[in-house]
Amino acid sequence: MDASIRSICTQVRRDIVNMTADAGCGHPGGSLSIVEALVALYFEKMRIDPQNPKWEDRDRFVLSKGHAAPALYAVLGERGFFDTAEFKHFRQLGAILQGHPDMKRCPGVDASTGSLGQGISIAVGMALGAKTLKKDIQVYAIIGDGESQEGLVWEACMAAAHYRLDNLTVILDNNGLQIDGSNDQVMSLGDVSAKFAAFGMDVVQVADGNDYDEILAALNQPHKPGMPKLIRMKTTKGKGVSFMENQVAWHGKAPNEEQRKQALADLDALN
Amino acid sequence: MEKKATRVAYGEYLAKIGYTNEKLVVLDADLAGATMTQYFKKEHPDRFFDCGIAEANMVDIAAGMSTMGFTPFCSTFAVFAGRCFDQIRNSVCYPKLNVKFAFTHAGITLGEDGGSHQAIEDVALMRALPNMTVLAPCDANETARCVDAALAINGPVFIRLARLPSPVFEMDMPFTLGKVNVLRHGADALVLCYGVMVSECLAAAELLSARGIEITVVNVHTLKPFDEDGVRALAAATPKVFTVEEHSVIGGLGDAAASALVGMDGVRLTKLGVKDVFGQSGKPADLLKAYGLDAQSIADVIAR
Repeated sequence: MDASIRSICTQVRRDIVNMTADAGCGHPGGSLSIVEALVALYFEKMRIDPQNPKWEDRDRFVLSKGHAAPALYAVLGERGFFDTAEFKHFRQLGAILQGHPDMKRCPGVDASTGSLGQGISIAVGMALGAKTLKKDIQVYAIIGDGESQEGLVWEACMAAAHYRLDNLTVILDNNGLQIDGSNDQVMSLGDVSAKFAAFGMDVVQVADGNDYDEILAALNQPHKPGMPKLIRMKTTKGKGVSFMENQVAWHGKAPNEEQRKQALADLDALN
Repeated sequence: MEKKATRVAYGEYLAKIGYTNEKLVVLDADLAGATMTQYFKKEHPDRFFDCGIAEANMVDIAAGMSTMGFTPFCSTFAVFAGRCFDQIRNSVCYPKLNVKFAFTHAGITLGEDGGSHQAIEDVALMRALPNMTVLAPCDANETARCVDAALAINGPVFIRLARLPSPVFEMDMPFTLGKVNVLRHGADALVLCYGVMVSECLAAAELLSARGIEITVVNVHTLKPFDEDGVRALAAATPKVFTVEEHSVIGGLGDAAASALVGMDGVRLTKLGVKDVFGQSGKPADLLKAYGLDAQSIADVIAR
């Protein structure tokens, strides 16, 4: 990872902290865990044009775990899809940055999400659409591990395999935590890699999804012909902010002013 | 009179327009042989996608395909509108995506499969969703008009279709989206109806006419947006109003009419429909009678 990418990732984390602190609410934990994946997608991997967000032949991205919207907004803003001054209005009346991603309001958002399980299925539809159009368009989605308790996630994978969608990459943000506790406390996912493999996904392991080079390498790994890819990336919820890391309580809570200062100091130390 | 189920007319018309509309894609959930999307499947296999028995996934795949420029038609049984309601709500209606839902086997005239499969709440569910248009054709010809109307709308549309073969009307049936269609004039009562109930209400009108009672029969093919002005004007002239539907009396045409008529002096509204109970197995004709929705029962209530 070069210095500029490192500084982008840190800036995105600052944006997440500031956005949720300004709003007084939001979901920082699961936003901080997917920063490297999103930066790799939007700054290196995806064929996109921030000046032309509706460009027909662009690659698509769906944030299936839509509550991590601050991460997506931070990356889209830093990438130039809209003015970063919008960050201040996150979750406010009339804002383009709604509590969960709204494709009708926010430039660069390819799908409205928030109801868990639906985004991955929408991504399957996009990938199937691209195949039907015979266009080389790649479709990416990030799902949560808690989200994978939704049956729709598995319906979507079954269909992705059935339709041989080797233009689809699903990234599993495996941070191990959800609102009411750890995955294992709430509803065990068991051998989640084996389950996705059994549903026909080509499972690629990423031991540290907060290691930029590792997630980028996994994204660069070519699809097996006819197989949708699932990158299982182990991540740290709240990554980069010492008091948020691996803490269930920071799933859906905003930092207060004192905590914001501490969080930003932690991030300064990272750079 | 020739009889044809609206689901059959839907399937045939879809296959026909598939030749000229290249953006049309059709999705089904293992019911192509029943919803009649099988005709499209046979003639346009590259644009037909079976999603298996997974209705929620079908709706979201359609949502995704619509963002790629396609116009997806999803079909399954109307009773499963509840099963994929969240997907219709959040993935399609919320972002106002161009996805059509032509759900068949609606109402108690589904018949023998019984109450587990007879949708009596689908109109209520769909009417409650912002951005949704709700249509219910009364015969085979109007089914094609509803498909055309759905295609002309850039947004979600729900079309309620029946399993039961019903008369194909020979009379001229003008179709204007969002406008009620008066089929017969009479000063004694105003009857609003849709779907297969239209032929029952016209038959009821004949029975009543023989008893010296003349009624106005109105086909309400567009349940949302509801023609409030049209219905109010008709009720102003004929204040004894009845709604007839093979759907729950909660949330369907009856409630749409009630909302339109509230506050009008002298108007009396009676809602005929499935009275907050589930259906059951039986022959369609026997069910209509049992639930008070056959021509004779309708006529008797109006004459009372």
